[in-house]
Amino acid sequence: MSEQCELKFSDYKSDLSVRWCPGCGDHAILNSVQKAMANLKVKPHDVAVISGIGCSSRFPYYMNTYGFHTIHGRAAAVASGVKVANPDLHVWEITGDGDALAIGGNHFIHLIRRNIDINVILFNNQIYGLTKGQYSPTSKRGFISKTSPFGTVEDPFRPGELALGARGQFFARTVDKELKLSVEVMEEAAKHKGTSIVEVLQNCVIYNDRTHEAITDKKHKLDRTIILKHGEKMIFGTNGDKGLVMDGMDIKAVTIGQDGYTMDDILVHDAQTQHVSMHRKLANMDYPELPVALGVIRSAEGLSYDESVKKQVEDVQEKTSIHTFEELVNSGDVWEVK
Amino acid sequence: MMGRSSKVIERDEVVVRFSGDSGDGMQLTGTLFSNTSAVFGNDISTFPDYPAEIRAPQGTIGGVSGFQVHFGHTEVYTPGDYADVLVAMNPAALRANSKWVKPGGTIVMDVDSFDDKHLQKAGYQTNDPITEDKLGDYHIVKAPITTLTKESLKDMGLDNKSILRSKNMYALGLVYWLFDRPLAHTSEFIKKKFAKNPLVVEANLKVLKEGYDYGVIIQAVTPSYHINPASIKKGKYRNLNGNIAVAWGLIAAAQKANLELFLGSYPITPATEILQELSARKDLGVKVFQAEDEIAGICTAIGASFAGDLAVTSTSGPGLALKGEAIGLAVIAELPLVIVNVQRGGPSTGLPTKTEQSDLMQALHGRNGESPCVVMAASSPINCFEYAFYAAKIAVEHMTPVILLTDGFLANGTQSWRIPDLADYPEIVAKRVPEEQKENWMPYVRDPESLVRSWAPVGTPGLMHRIGGLEKDEETGGVSYDAENHQKMVNYRRDKIKNIENCIPEQDILGDVDSQVLVIGWGGTFGHLFTAVEELQNEGKGVALAHFNYINPMPKNTHDVLKRYKKILVCELNMGQFANHLRMNFPDILYRQYNKVQGLPFTVLELKEQFKKLLED
Repeated sequence: MSEQCELKFSDYKSDLSVRWCPGCGDHAILNSVQKAMANLKVKPHDVAVISGIGCSSRFPYYMNTYGFHTIHGRAAAVASGVKVANPDLHVWEITGDGDALAIGGNHFIHLIRRNIDINVILFNNQIYGLTKGQYSPTSKRGFISKTSPFGTVEDPFRPGELALGARGQFFARTVDKELKLSVEVMEEAAKHKGTSIVEVLQNCVIYNDRTHEAITDKKHKLDRTIILKHGEKMIFGTNGDKGLVMDGMDIKAVTIGQDGYTMDDILVHDAQTQHVSMHRKLANMDYPELPVALGVIRSAEGLSYDESVKKQVEDVQEKTSIHTFEELVNSGDVWEVK
Repeated sequence: MMGRSSKVIERDEVVVRFSGDSGDGMQLTGTLFSNTSAVFGNDISTFPDYPAEIRAPQGTIGGVSGFQVHFGHTEVYTPGDYADVLVAMNPAALRANSKWVKPGGTIVMDVDSFDDKHLQKAGYQTNDPITEDKLGDYHIVKAPITTLTKESLKDMGLDNKSILRSKNMYALGLVYWLFDRPLAHTSEFIKKKFAKNPLVVEANLKVLKEGYDYGVIIQAVTPSYHINPASIKKGKYRNLNGNIAVAWGLIAAAQKANLELFLGSYPITPATEILQELSARKDLGVKVFQAEDEIAGICTAIGASFAGDLAVTSTSGPGLALKGEAIGLAVIAELPLVIVNVQRGGPSTGLPTKTEQSDLMQALHGRNGESPCVVMAASSPINCFEYAFYAAKIAVEHMTPVILLTDGFLANGTQSWRIPDLADYPEIVAKRVPEEQKENWMPYVRDPESLVRSWAPVGTPGLMHRIGGLEKDEETGGVSYDAENHQKMVNYRRDKIKNIENCIPEQDILGDVDSQVLVIGWGGTFGHLFTAVEELQNEGKGVALAHFNYINPMPKNTHDVLKRYKKILVCELNMGQFANHLRMNFPDILYRQYNKVQGLPFTVLELKEQFKKLLED
């Protein structure tokens, strides 16, 4: 074990110089993933980081692990192949809102449905950065970009809603510059057996600067976001006096001590329940109506694909009369010419 | 069995075609008959011919399902052009197939289904299909199969549907009489297949026997056939079709390479059976990923290859089109990958259940950039085993994607297969990083001769590295946009594939090597071309045949072979794709073409005519 304990954050850094724009949120995400890996003490040679195409997808080059920068939208499929081929590996998929939710949408939902044990880090900056500024599937309606000079006329995906709709068992959200929260969330994602989706609200300093600023700036973040923790009350606000309660079928933000609301009325977060309805409400909360939920929103146990495959192979091999190629070709209708 | 008083026709080989509605069980009937003939000791070749629709309207030509078997005292290489015996379970089956019966052949029909309604559905103008189809000179066996089956089973307590479902066994019994074949093999099959339902076993055995006895009763008016067993090599045999052969060839290769086998695939006709067979092979530890689409199929395979498995994806034409970008990724990443493409009629959805050879150009060139990979083709149902094995060997040993082309004809056709001993097959050796080089290993440093880089699967301590679709530095594999480096890498990737010509067999020439005429084919047309060449030779008219299995690279002696002949005819089931490939590579030679795109194999007859014309020219 001593060898493992010596692993440092810098052991996961490759010798390539990082080439994202100065000020890009990606730098911080890279640091948080490397920190999480060091905390988890996974051996670099047991880690595969698989990405698609886009700014975020340069990520594997900066990791001193095995890495594969694949083709647009297909990281989920390549990562699935790696994990099913060798379930002992730690597989991370790095993707963006265009890569995962537009061209790779099909693979994204099927990865989640199968629940393959892969950690997906979804960089959501609501823009296509590498092609220099076109709207993405998470850009808000009316968003003006190079391909929507008069504003988009389509509604965005909410990655959390999509992940849970595809029967996701793990969904978390963090913010690029919130390093401590990001590291925590990445570690939780890595520990979870099955597909883990971590949406990172990431800032594109060049083409969509300050897109998340309304909720992430220092002055307002405590009032406009809420960090959810399993088993704890849903409390937020600069003074820690705001909380979430149920109002009929909906969630409502209240101030404790006002309008008759007391601490007893405040909801307790259960990330582990199989029921998805509350998780969906929490994932969909949006400013200004409600605070945006950060942290682990859902972390429910379920059978992972790779475990199920392994078990099925073992079950079949226990019962079968075919153990070798020779037994296979000699099974069934065989005759001999003498 | 009773002695025969009818005319017995002695033959070296015979073709039988079973034909009926797609729900009539003709595929099973044909398979049982083929297996019985194979066990009896004949060499066999079969081909099923079924509609793309699962259940086309009953009684229509579109819904006719056929199964043809060719068996003989000597080796047979094709399922035969024309049938000696046709079994037609309804008028549509007769209408669709009567033109494929040899003049003077035997036609067994279930007269019960030849009523006005069904005749009309099949498009007959009168109630006399024999005259209408000009079948007066044929031996017509009008057997009331439906009535006799109903009569036979009426007291057994079976429902009407089950009774009618047994009539194919009645027809099969009758055909067994025609060829003097024992019922034992089929009886055993029925007992096993319906073991859980003794009543169904009893019913099927009863009508099978009564069908045979019906032959005995009518023998005075019906000729029967006599074919001696073939003199084939000693050993254990079984029937095998091209799709299963591919699956097993890959399993054999994985065993020889000491690698685990991974298939990422998506169902598509006519390749699906490869996916199905390997899915069933969890007993041998095969990992199969039924993906959400064709792209995910190949991408999971690429991931598995990165992780160190023998990775495969299987598909057909439209699927290969979707996989194009990912094949390019495997080319630039230089990872081993086998892509099996079972060709069918195109373009677009085309003719899903029919055969064609029209994906050759797509396989060679259907990618962006300078993107060479190995392309090879199997040429008989059973040699799909060999070529799948060698496709895997080349992929692993040369770190490249290999496209293996088969086609609908090979995939579904069967032949008797002599079960091989794996010890007779060569080892497959993955190129690993030698221990002493691990310290300073760089992922894109190549073997100076073969230009092959080494393979360090994810999980190997000390060899962490990054690969990807961006152009990479010629040694470190890091991203490089350097102009000179790109030129070098393009050259390396080209030369690496070209070098494989040193690892494949030379092109051999069959038939009359000294003829002035060379016939060229590739892939699934071998049986028809070779049979045509053989038959002409027996008639004293020699032509040579060069049949290609390696398309890129081609055998080293290809140009020498081509130069030796005055006239060259390239025969393909497309509009001339291999001819154009030859023109591009060896432009100094004149190529004539014979092409057909009807969703059907060549006939030996049409090929012989073409060859004769060329000989006389």
